[in-house]
Amino acid sequence: MLILMVLLALAALSAGAYAMGRRKARQATAGAAGRPHSLPGYHGAYVALWTGLPAAILLFAFVAFGGRIEYALISADPPPASAGITAERMATYYGDVQSVANGQSTSAVVYEGAAKTAFDAAVAHARSTDTLARLLAAAAALVLAIGGFLLAFPKLSKDFRARNRVEGLTSAVLIVCSVVAVMTTLGIVMSLLYESLRFFQAVSPLSFLFGTDWDPQIAMRTDQVMTHGAFGAIPLFAGTFLIMIIAMAVAAPVGLYSAIYLAEYAGRTTRAVVKPALEILAGVPTVVYGFFAALTVGPLFRSGFNALGAQLVGGPLNDLGLYLGQVQNQMALVAGAVMGIMLIPFVSSLSDDIINAVPQALRDGSYAMGATKSETIKRVILPAALPGVVAALLLAMSRAIGETMIVTLAAGLQAKLTANPLDTVTTVTVQIVTLLTGDTEFDNPKTLAAFGLGLTLFAITLVLNIIALRIVQKYREQYD
Amino acid sequence: MTDAALIAGATQPSGPGHASGSTPKTLAAAKRLKARHAAEFRFRLYGRTAIIVALSFLVILLGRIVSQGWSTFVQNRISVAVYVDPAKVDARALNGVNWDYMISTAALAKLGLTDDDVGERSGKMSALLSPALGYDLLKKIKADPSLIGKTVTVDGPIGADAGLYYKGLIKRSTAEGDRRLDDAQLGWLDQLKAKGQVTSKFNTDFLTHADSTQPEQAGVAGAAIGSALTLIVVGLLAIPIGVLTAVYLEEFAPKNRWTDLLEVNINNLAAVPSIIYGLLGLALFINMMGVPRSTPLVGGLVLALMALPTVIIATRSALKAVPPSIREAALGVGASRTQTVFHHVLPMARPGIMTGAILALSHAMGETAPGLMVGMVFFSSDLPRGFLSAATVLPVQVFIWENASERAFLSMTAACIMVLLAFMILMNGTAIYLRSRYERRW
Amino acid sequence: MSYISKDPSNPSGSPMTTPERHQGDHADGVPEIRLRTAAIGAHADAPTGTLKVQAKKINVFYGAKQALFDVDVDIPGKAVTAFIGPSGCGKSTFLRCINRMNDTIPGAKVTGEVLLDGEDVNDRQIDPVTLRARVGMVFQKPNPFPKSIFENVAYGPRIHGLAAGKADLEEIVEASLKRASLWEEVKDRLNQPGTGLSGGQQQRLVIARAIAVAPEVILMDEPCSALDPIATARIEELIDELRQQFCIVIVTHSMAQAARVSQRTSFFHLGKLVESGSTEEMFTNPKDSRTQDYITGRFG
Repeated sequence: MLILMVLLALAALSAGAYAMGRRKARQATAGAAGRPHSLPGYHGAYVALWTGLPAAILLFAFVAFGGRIEYALISADPPPASAGITAERMATYYGDVQSVANGQSTSAVVYEGAAKTAFDAAVAHARSTDTLARLLAAAAALVLAIGGFLLAFPKLSKDFRARNRVEGLTSAVLIVCSVVAVMTTLGIVMSLLYESLRFFQAVSPLSFLFGTDWDPQIAMRTDQVMTHGAFGAIPLFAGTFLIMIIAMAVAAPVGLYSAIYLAEYAGRTTRAVVKPALEILAGVPTVVYGFFAALTVGPLFRSGFNALGAQLVGGPLNDLGLYLGQVQNQMALVAGAVMGIMLIPFVSSLSDDIINAVPQALRDGSYAMGATKSETIKRVILPAALPGVVAALLLAMSRAIGETMIVTLAAGLQAKLTANPLDTVTTVTVQIVTLLTGDTEFDNPKTLAAFGLGLTLFAITLVLNIIALRIVQKYREQYD
Repeated sequence: MTDAALIAGATQPSGPGHASGSTPKTLAAAKRLKARHAAEFRFRLYGRTAIIVALSFLVILLGRIVSQGWSTFVQNRISVAVYVDPAKVDARALNGVNWDYMISTAALAKLGLTDDDVGERSGKMSALLSPALGYDLLKKIKADPSLIGKTVTVDGPIGADAGLYYKGLIKRSTAEGDRRLDDAQLGWLDQLKAKGQVTSKFNTDFLTHADSTQPEQAGVAGAAIGSALTLIVVGLLAIPIGVLTAVYLEEFAPKNRWTDLLEVNINNLAAVPSIIYGLLGLALFINMMGVPRSTPLVGGLVLALMALPTVIIATRSALKAVPPSIREAALGVGASRTQTVFHHVLPMARPGIMTGAILALSHAMGETAPGLMVGMVFFSSDLPRGFLSAATVLPVQVFIWENASERAFLSMTAACIMVLLAFMILMNGTAIYLRSRYERRW
Repeated sequence: MSYISKDPSNPSGSPMTTPERHQGDHADGVPEIRLRTAAIGAHADAPTGTLKVQAKKINVFYGAKQALFDVDVDIPGKAVTAFIGPSGCGKSTFLRCINRMNDTIPGAKVTGEVLLDGEDVNDRQIDPVTLRARVGMVFQKPNPFPKSIFENVAYGPRIHGLAAGKADLEEIVEASLKRASLWEEVKDRLNQPGTGLSGGQQQRLVIARAIAVAPEVILMDEPCSALDPIATARIEELIDELRQQFCIVIVTHSMAQAARVSQRTSFFHLGKLVESGSTEEMFTNPKDSRTQDYITGRFG
């Protein structure tokens, strides 16, 4: 609340500074000969920026990192022995203290008796620390604002190059913004690497990447030995790959043929209907596909296979019949098929763009030779578009590998090393979700394993994306 | 054959039908042509089939969700007149009174029945009614204690299972042991309906309530507000940063290694799986920076990073579409580069930028995986109060309800999807409208 | 064995028979060309002045816009006919009527008759696929397919099934490239992409591609406008050679080019045919004042 008020005050101060700066510039130029270097508005903006910007940055930094600093401050005092806090629970304890102090819900842990008194004291301490920190931040922001104003205002004169200064600052802001994108990538890489390295201290990278046994069930109790969990990710990679292959088997032909039909055959009305419909299909959130897979397609496939199995039992394919009779809802085929549906519009719109980029002259050349449309497509357009189409399929694969919700809802949790599409498999993304949903503590390999998986996933999709984007770029250059 | 023969053949007077169809050569050619046209026909058929398959998937998907979800939007309500017996109500401890029992016996009385000794019958009746009736009665008595000793009419939703029966989703034909309501309960429901105690109306509770453990009491409002708050954070961060980055790259940045790298980086970020952003949010925002879990703030931060590349790419293509002649004209009258961009190029690109931004927001709205990572799987029966109060978002609500065991949540999951899709269609529709309304061809 | 196909709807009486191969003739270097010359020449030996293409009352609409108005043109069998006129006058549109390339433009509508050897190409019985095998076309910008030089030339024979085998196909490709006077330049790199050639070479490759299916008519839509003067001269030379065997129709911007390569000229203006006649007469003694103005450079 206080911070918000200070922000409003800063806005008001900046507005005032703008008006004052502009007036001063007008007065300075009114009597003088010759034109001023910059318009009065730029003088105003210059002063306003110096007034508001540094203070605002300070406030945002406080909002972003203040909680962390306060945490360090309050956890610097060790809790009284009566609280009975072990070293392992310190982080949770102070996390609770801070959330309660911020007026958020209490954690699952219930403190009673002496522990409750100690906890309340810690909360009170945290509250006073917080209030003090906020007051300090607010005061510092106001001081910075006034200081900025005092620094900038006297500089204004007729020949002051206010516009250049303001524009310089504008470009600086632009550059800072563009750095955010780079920082995001760096952030992803660093956080994944950091947590993964911690994971690889507990589990060797080789046994992670090449182990065939995945069973990360580690009890949260400290007396259990960590190595009881098995972290061999091969079954996850295999499951991910199996589902991706099934998805591509659906999406590649349907998506490609749709794109070809839309680009080469469809009339204006067909395009006007089909393209928005495909856009809707592309815009449907993946959790919706997951719902559809788990509650419509899964039961449908299962009853279909069960019925088929019932037909086969007793015949020459008795064993197959028995197997089909006990197929379950959660199978790779269901997740893969629904993911394939999800990818159809993705493949089709990318391929459509690619096919449309093939110059009309090539089509004309082929038609003029007496080729039919399909001959032109198969022998001229597709070969010409091949790199782009391959790139589109690579991007679709990358999407399939990184897709989470469909597999979480429809694939299953059992890590099995199988190539049978009717079997239940699990994927990298499903395991990340399973490992990280619920209470997450950053101190056991079970949680950290998710980051190991995340790093692998990121690396694989990154390689696919880079290759695909590179091909697309080359392809576009060719026809530009 | 000799040249002379060729000439002889060729110089014959030409005209339709001259080419005799009887020679093996022409037969082969005709056959070949027929085969080519058949191949053409097949190929076109494949394309048309693919389109039909894709469209029918869309129809099946949406149709299935509507058919599963519609029943949530109908609410069966019951009104029961309850005699508030002063003998059973302790005015000093109103919270301790078993209001549900009082209501269910009143409902039984309406059917001419009384409770049995072990309370089994009233328990069965109570299972048909929502606890909301009890809360309602309690609230009324608290507001006006003089009602004790009088007959009060309470009105509220019927229990979830009873609702399923009225909507035809629990069928009498199912074996008694396989359904959640026994024959006696179904009989009561039929009688209540026949007596006009039960009415059905549009389910406003679903649109105004937060989540609840009771399906008939649960609503999407909490998740919808959570989504709205999250999107505000996304919009405030991703749109300005994205637009300014695009302006820098397109209008100011020199062409060098650094900007090439930046470009490759942005294109790659757009294709990073969303769950990776969730991991980033967990490690960076929650673990390192101490942003509170499960809040719209942290959800918005993560989704803003995810939406950023989309906004940048859309803005860049909008800026590219502004012809260079505009820039040259502005620079030619002495405007600075910054003035040119902010006074001329950016306003002209605005429709394209807005379209891209809305689509990015709509995409962020439907993302589930990052939400799961930053703890948006959060149950709360209160509406979120602000950016720092724990909340969930619509797609995560879908995920939560999908995993709920109660049958009634199935329809509610589909209904929640309908609400989510309605919001997304609204946003995309706005984007498409903007695009068609303001799109200019240069 | 034949690489000269003949579909049943072809009324022109061009050869349907299998030419014998004279392997021994390879000594002189161009046996296939002679063979082909003989074959096609036979058909071109039709009495001079026979009309190959006759257009009657052609109107073309692109959507609501009318591009051609009641155009009547006669094109003789063994000669080069040039269409001249300012940009947008409809000369290319008319050219595209002859092999029905206007079919590929959405919203285009053609009325009137284009008689190829007396048969209306717009007739429902006529298959545009076989029509285009008889009427080849060369475009303004060279448009080789992104395939090897060999595959570019082999494309037509392959789709129309003109070659009986690999050796046969190779012979057709070689003969066509020789015919287009490109063979000497590319014979050592037939497997390299056609897009790697220079502009003039690409255009000759495209001409080779067109003649590989032994068409009766070749349409050329400003074939030299994207080329430098030297490449242009080579193409013009080639056109002059090709007219011995093919009926050639060329659209050109350049009146000088029309004067150099054509025997007959038609002048189009604003979608209408203004004047047709022998090239010599058109350029020395135009009948219409608009033709006069155009060829003297007063507009266009």
